Formats: sequence, structure tokens, C-alpha cells
Amino acid sequence: MSTISLQDTHHHDNHDDHGHEHHQDTFLTKYVFSQDHKMIAKQFLITGIIMAVIAMGLSILFRLQLAWPDKSFPILETFLGKWAEGGRIRPDFYLALVTIHGTIMVFFVLTAGLSGTFSNLLIPLQVGARDMASPFLNMLSYWFFFTACVIMMGSFFIQTGPASAGWTVYPPLSAIPKAIPGSGLGMTMWLISMVLFVASSLMGGINYVSTILNMRTKGMDLWKMPLTIWAFFLTAILGILSFPVLVAGVVLLVFDRSFGTSFYLSDIVFGTQILPNEGGSPILWQHLFWFLGHPEVYIVIMPAMGISSEIISVNSRKPIFGYHAMIYSLIGITVLSFIVWGHHMFVTGMNPLLGGVFMITTLIIAVPSAVKTFNWLATLWRGNIRFTPAMLFAIGMVSFFISGGLTGIWLGNAALDINLHDTYFVVAHFHLVMGSAAIFGMLAGVYHWFPRMFGRLMDKKLGYLHFWITFTCAYLVFFPLHFLGLDGVPRRYYAFTEFAFMEKWLTVNVLVTWSAIIAGLAQVAFLFNFFYSIFKGKKSSQNPWGANTLEWTAPVERLHGNWPGEIPTVYRWPYDYSKPGAEEDFIPQTVPFSQTMSSNLPHDFEGNTEAEKIQAEWELNNKPAKDTE
Amino acid sequence: MSLKKLISNKTMAALAVIFTAFASTNAFAQEAAAAATAKPVDMGPIYKSTLFYVLLFLLLCLFIAIVGKAMKVYELTRESEGKSEGINWDLVNGVIFVVFLLVGLYGVYWEYTVHGNMILPEAASEHGKKIDEMFNITLILTTIVFIATHIVLFTFAYIYRHQKDKKAYYYPHNNVLERVWTVIPAFVLTILVLMGFITWRSIFYKIEDPKNKPLSIEVTSSQFQWDVRYPGADGIVGLKNYKLITSINNLGIDFNDKNNLDDQVADEIVLPVNKPVRFILTSKDVIHSFYMPHFRVQLNTVPGMTSYFEFTPTITTAEMKAKTNDPNFNYLLLCAKICGTNHYNMQKPVRVVSQKEYEEWVVKQATYLTNDLRKTFKLPLLADPAEKPAAADSTAKDTTAKTNQLALKK
Repeated sequence: MSTISLQDTHHHDNHDDHGHEHHQDTFLTKYVFSQDHKMIAKQFLITGIIMAVIAMGLSILFRLQLAWPDKSFPILETFLGKWAEGGRIRPDFYLALVTIHGTIMVFFVLTAGLSGTFSNLLIPLQVGARDMASPFLNMLSYWFFFTACVIMMGSFFIQTGPASAGWTVYPPLSAIPKAIPGSGLGMTMWLISMVLFVASSLMGGINYVSTILNMRTKGMDLWKMPLTIWAFFLTAILGILSFPVLVAGVVLLVFDRSFGTSFYLSDIVFGTQILPNEGGSPILWQHLFWFLGHPEVYIVIMPAMGISSEIISVNSRKPIFGYHAMIYSLIGITVLSFIVWGHHMFVTGMNPLLGGVFMITTLIIAVPSAVKTFNWLATLWRGNIRFTPAMLFAIGMVSFFISGGLTGIWLGNAALDINLHDTYFVVAHFHLVMGSAAIFGMLAGVYHWFPRMFGRLMDKKLGYLHFWITFTCAYLVFFPLHFLGLDGVPRRYYAFTEFAFMEKWLTVNVLVTWSAIIAGLAQVAFLFNFFYSIFKGKKSSQNPWGANTLEWTAPVERLHGNWPGEIPTVYRWPYDYSKPGAEEDFIPQTVPFSQTMSSNLPHDFEGNTEAEKIQAEWELNNKPAKDTE
Repeated sequence: MSLKKLISNKTMAALAVIFTAFASTNAFAQEAAAAATAKPVDMGPIYKSTLFYVLLFLLLCLFIAIVGKAMKVYELTRESEGKSEGINWDLVNGVIFVVFLLVGLYGVYWEYTVHGNMILPEAASEHGKKIDEMFNITLILTTIVFIATHIVLFTFAYIYRHQKDKKAYYYPHNNVLERVWTVIPAFVLTILVLMGFITWRSIFYKIEDPKNKPLSIEVTSSQFQWDVRYPGADGIVGLKNYKLITSINNLGIDFNDKNNLDDQVADEIVLPVNKPVRFILTSKDVIHSFYMPHFRVQLNTVPGMTSYFEFTPTITTAEMKAKTNDPNFNYLLLCAKICGTNHYNMQKPVRVVSQKEYEEWVVKQATYLTNDLRKTFKLPLLADPAEKPAAADSTAKDTTAKTNQLALKK
């Protein structure tokens, strides 16, 4: 490997600024074991995109099975061999597909791919830091994640196949290889992969929190941080507090599986073979899993909320409505998300009293979510909305969040959950609110910050095509699924052929599958746009969207250390868009109030009497001039 | 070799990709060929049809590329003529949002009326009616919010689309407004919580009516079947212990417990209408879920833990057939928790009948206790007809009748 000397020259300019050691970047240190947060963000993003494409492919496979349960697809046998003998997916492989689809999407795409990408990219750039608090830990975070991905995918290449107990891997199904083939080596690999993944997200999370708390530039107090940073900050806290619990659960499951303990197992008989395990409880796993699992869904959605808030504000050319309310609602969601996990367990047979309590906390969490939604709508009101692809996806995110969030009110109600639990209604709910809303938030972020990552713009027309097909098809896929759930069709069913009442849904399944295929193909527009634009896209200006936040004050060239000279100082909040009296419709955070005397408002000075006096004097002197304008 | 070179060296990369793909396809193909030697399949047309779809897609891509280029040419000519940029994308997207809203609203209406008519019929149990009430209230509230917010979202997108001479209205916050839309959802949700809480408690905290004691039925799940045990004449489902499970005692029933002597096995669940029934739910191997959607009943069956669900069926199967206008209608018990390969086919028929029919049916059911088990548990063997190997149905039924009589005498 040799150096890339040409692209590397700028390093010498800025090394002095932050006391970086003089060394030459090799291919290995620049692109592979990079410690630059921007490169790590790109690594997370591209790995996340690859994993998303794989997981989407898996979903198309099982959608084929659901739509045409009696039809044979010999091409599948060509690629899947014994798992699709005669061109039909086997039931145990079907379960493996849904399991790995869920695991990849929730953890690898929407946690690592979303938080990993945008926290890494935006935290140092938006709070004004040269890099993360610990670049080395940051690099390790990516490589642990990468290893986790490799191990997870590796489980497709073993004889017994990948884990297939559902992405929640409830024991005893996941604990006993006899219960299902996927609970053999495949499950072991799933568990190892998960431990690595949690290690990765912890390293990431600790980094994000310490960077945000300690490395903000001058003037960047907490209440001047963009909502993206607030979202990433609270997401990281959630992750740090909840992921270790998953590891604890996973370790106990490893013990049960490999060392004969009985944490989750008791009174189990297969046929006439009585297992020796006694005294454990399968419910314990569910408590541990969902103690992470529920915060996890907010780990998934909060970054998407932060990203959408920022993008909606920038492209409406309006300040985000209720900045403080947005932050308090994020904090509210963060706190409450720790005490709602039981709503996944209403019908496990746990004490019904607990069910009642968890129902109350669950429905309370809908209040901050509602506040956020109304604030987004109010931000659009009387805006001057530019429909960049990022903006479209942000609006799509709001739409999905409403649709998916509302069905959460049904499922959070313990009484209604009795009949909806583990049906397609749940599938429809979380695919709208996570699978669609969070993914749209992520895509919005990619379109919006692509110039920040690669110095080029993505093609907007392909972006429009991508958005409208995906938006329409996602609704076509997930909206009808609610009704299957209302008819009592359970999820994770290999085929609808064994029950007479399900046969009427077969045609709906065909519609859903075709929509899914079209939505999948629409992603080709995105992938092409993404990879083509990295190399051939239109060159971006420094601040292509006219945004206020700090990342757009850094040069397009993406220096190691972010800013060539001193790190800019922050004087104002990030949402001064279309401020009356200002010349332009945006005032970057780095512009001091002394330069915008004509647009300053009393509120801006936060009770600083000195500044208020100066402003009053200026207004007195300039009043006639103002009137003539 | 620098990265730039590496990437510009596209042919190398492409070749590598093609080679890998080809090699793996070959490997798979060989494996498939090995498997298919006994039954050679002509893969030709299949590959052709796959190729056909791939080509179709590529053609579509080409078409999109051409349209894209045409648009670009149009925009460039507009630009060179000094006119404003060709297509006003803000207007285009704004209009599509409105179209999406209108089509979407119709779609929602269509879904509610067409697919909404295909969902479960009315609840066939007492508590199910309360659940359905909650369901309707929640449905109405969420639908109103769903429609209203979407109308606002998409019309705002259209009305406030970018226009050159316009400026957005600087409106960072309004505490009154924010308070309003915190308090209103909080209020509505409080009502829903209270109603849900009361309904939930009424389902799981039943006060037993001594005059109308529930019928106890035990259901044991295992991969992939439901075993149903009726209590027999004494009305009590006896003790069992998983350690006693053998090939002839598949539930591990402990026949030293007298309550077990009359317990009956049933291959369907038959319930008397309007009589409370208390299901005792256990599992042998993994977690399953006891799901009877028509009664709005679901509870997981967990190995090592017994759970209970009590409810009262209110509509007989025959009545439901009339109500749904479906002569093939049947109540069902499904498994709703992923439990293994045959999860999708783990069912048990359920019938709700009149008290009289139930009584006629239940006496015909065989007991769990057979002479083989009597030997194992060192219980006195039954005399006469049953002593002969009881394989035939009639003998089994005789035994049942006998046992029942014995039980009655006790």
C-alpha cells in the first residue's frame, strides 16, 4: 500500500493547529483503520447500506414465499441450495430469514448505520470539535461492528443455518438446538455477533456523550446545540444504559446453551426426553431483552427525529417550532422509554398488575411524541419549503411516524393487545414507525449531508424518483398488513395455507409482495445515485442548503481536524432562518449579534442587560433608516 | 497503488466481481446438479425467464436514464436562453403531495371498507365485547388524528412550497399553542388509559361466582400440538409433573392424585355457551401462545409456569355461522408465538355448543387413565371389557362411561 500524497497535502497545513503528529496517511490508515470521524461515519454508512440491501433482499425472499406459497422458484434453489429445495423455501429457513432480516435491520442498519453514521459525522462538526473524544475507540467501534456483521452473515454458510427463533430469540426455542435447527451453531454465532455489536455501540455511545459534553466549541452551550446533537446525545445515553443489560441477558443465554445452566430453562420435555434444567424462567429473558429492546426502538427513532427536525427547519427556511419543547420531549421520551418495556409482555403470563402499570407508562410516552409531531407541522406552517430530496424524506418520516405512532396507542393498551399481540398488526405498526420512519430519517440524512461527506451533491431528480416510489410502496406494503392482524393472522407464519380463514388474505399478500419488490427496485435508484455521485456528482459549494449549523462552515475538502484555522465560535442558536430584518434568510451560528443589529430580537439576549442596552441604543440611532426601508 | 488508481482500475474490479459471482454460482450449480442427478430438471427456460425480468428492469433503467437526460437538455436550453430553470420542482412535488393526499384518502377509505370488512367478526365472549368497545373508540380517535394530521401535513407541503418572492414567517415558538397540544393528547390518552386499565383488570381479576363456577380445562402445548384435558366429573384438573412424562403418559399426569382418575382427553375444545371457562395453560417444550382470536383470548404458554385465562363464550358455533353467513365458520385455537418449524400449522378446532350438547359430548370422551397407566401407577386394574387391550374406540368409550360412573359414585 502506498500513500495518497496528492490528497494528503492539506494535512500539513492544519497539523500545527491541533498538535497532531506528523505522519503520512497510508491507504490503511486513511480508509481502513481510520481514526477520522468523517471517514468512520462513511464506513458505518456504507456498511449500513450494504447490510440494508442484504436485509431487504431477505425480506423479498420471504415475501415471495408468503405471496405464492404453492409456487416453485427454481432460481432460488440455484442460489440457496438445500434451503430452497425444489425452488420452495423451507419452513425453518423462512424463520431464519425473518430472524436475520429483523436483526440486521434493527441493530445493524437502524442502530449502527443510523447512529453510527450521523453521530460520527455530525457530532464533532456540529458542536465544533476537531474529532471525537477518543478517535481510537471510535475506530474500534466500527471494527467491532464490522466483525459483528461478518459473523452474522457467516451464519448463512453453516450447515444448520442462521438463528431462526425470531429477532427476539426467546428461549427455550433459542436455547435448545433440538427445538429448531437454527438454534445450533447459528444461534451461537448470533449471540457472539450481538456481544460484539453491543461492545461497538457502547464504545460509540461513550464517545458521543463525552464529545458532546466536553468538546463543544466556545459559545456552544447545551441550549445552542442543534436538535440533531440533542437527539444523538440522548440516544447515546439510552444505548449506554440499556445495551449492557442485553449483554447480561446474552451471556446468561450462552451459559444456558453451552454450560448447562438453567437461567431461562425449567421443566422442559421434548417428546419423552426430560431435560435436567430446573428453576429458570423463560420470562427472565424477555424482561432482560425488552429492557434493552424498548429503549432500542427509541435508539432507532430519535436520531431520525433529530435529523428530520434539522432538515425540516433548514428547508422550510423557518426556525424549528418550539425548540425547547422539542428537547424536553426528547428528554421525556428518553426517561420514559426505560419504564415501558413490559408492554411487549402483556400476554406472557406475567402478573396482570404489571400489565396495567406498563400500559399507563406506555400511553404517557405518546404525549411527547405527539408534541414533536405537532411541532413539525407548525414548522411547516407559513414556511417557504424547498423540496430537496432530503426534505421529501423528512416529510415522509413525519407521515410514517404519525401512521405508525397512532397504532402504538392500540398496542400499548393492554386490553387491545390481547388480540393484537404477535399478529400482523404488530408487524405493520413497527414497520411503519421503525422500518419506514427511521429509514426515511436515515435517507433524509444521507441526501442532506452527502455534500458534507463527499463534497459532491446527489442527483435530485433521481432522489425524487426514489422518494415517491418508496413512499408509495411502503404504504402499500404496510397499510394492508394491519387488517391481517385485525383478522387474527399471527406473524411469522410460513404459509397461510393451513387455515381456511387466512386464504382470503393471499391476494393481499400478492399485492404486498409486488409493492415490496417495486420498493426494493426503487432502491437501485438510490444506490446508483449514491455511488455514482461519490465520484461523479456535481461539486458542492460549502453551504449548499443555506444552513446555519457549524458543519457548513468547515471547508468542502473535509480536512482531518475539520477547520483549517481556529474552530469557529458560536454566538446564537442554530435556527435563525428568515429572521425579519436580516439580509439573507439564514444567519449561521457563527455570526455574532453585533453583525446583525437589524434583526436582533429582545429574546436573543437572554437577559444580558449590557447587550440589550447596546441594542436599544442602536435601534434608537437607526430608527429613521429602518422606517425608510 | 493508490486508491484513486485502484478505483479507476474499474475493469479489474469488475472482473473480480464477475469472477466471484460466477465461481459461487458455479459452486452452487454443481451442488444443485449433484442433488438433481436423480431427477434432471431443464433449467434453461427458468434461467431465460429470470434473465427476461432482469433485462426488463435494465430496459426500465435505460428509459429512466433517457428521460433524465431529456430533462437535463431541456433545463440547459432554458438556462442558455436566460429563462428561469426549466422545471419548477417545488411546484411538481407540492402537487404530487396533494395528489398523494387525495389518492391516499381514497385508499384509506377503500381499505377501511373492503379490508375492514374482512376482519374478525364480533367478539364471541363477554370480555371480548368490552375489548371491542375499546377497539372502536381507539379506532375512531386514531383515525381522526391520522386523517387530520395528514391533511395538514400534505396541504402545508403544497401551500407553503417554495416561491421566489416569498419569505418564511419567523415563528420560533408559542407557549400557549405548545401547552394546548401537550394537554389535549395527555387528556385523551388519560381517558384511554383509564378505560384500558379498567377493561384489563376486569379481564384478569375475576370475582368467582359460587353459583356459576368456571369449567376448568387444561391445555398443554408442545411442538406442534395442543393437548386438551377436561377435568372429568369432579370438575378438578389434577396434578401433573413433567418428570413423569413417558411415551404412554405424554402429559406427565400424576395418577396418585385422585383428581386425575377421571380426567378426560379430548381432541377438540368444546365449550358450553354462557358458562365461564378457565383455561389452565402450560407448555412442555418452548413458549407457545394460546390464541383464540374470536374470543379475544391470548396468553402465552410458558414451560415451567402455569398461567390462566378465564372467559365466558357467548355465541355458539351454529349462531356464529348464521351471523357471519359462512357455513364453514369455525372457532380456532392457533399458536401465535414463534415456536419452531411448524409454527404456522399448530391448530385445534374449537366448538361452542349449548349446555345440553356439551354434556352429551363430554361423557363420550375417554379418560387419560388406561390400564397400562394403572399398571405403572400400581392402581387396581379395571375389570372386564376394558381389561382387554383397549385399542378399539368403542371399548375406550365404555371405559370412559365406567370411569365416569365410578367418579359419580365417589
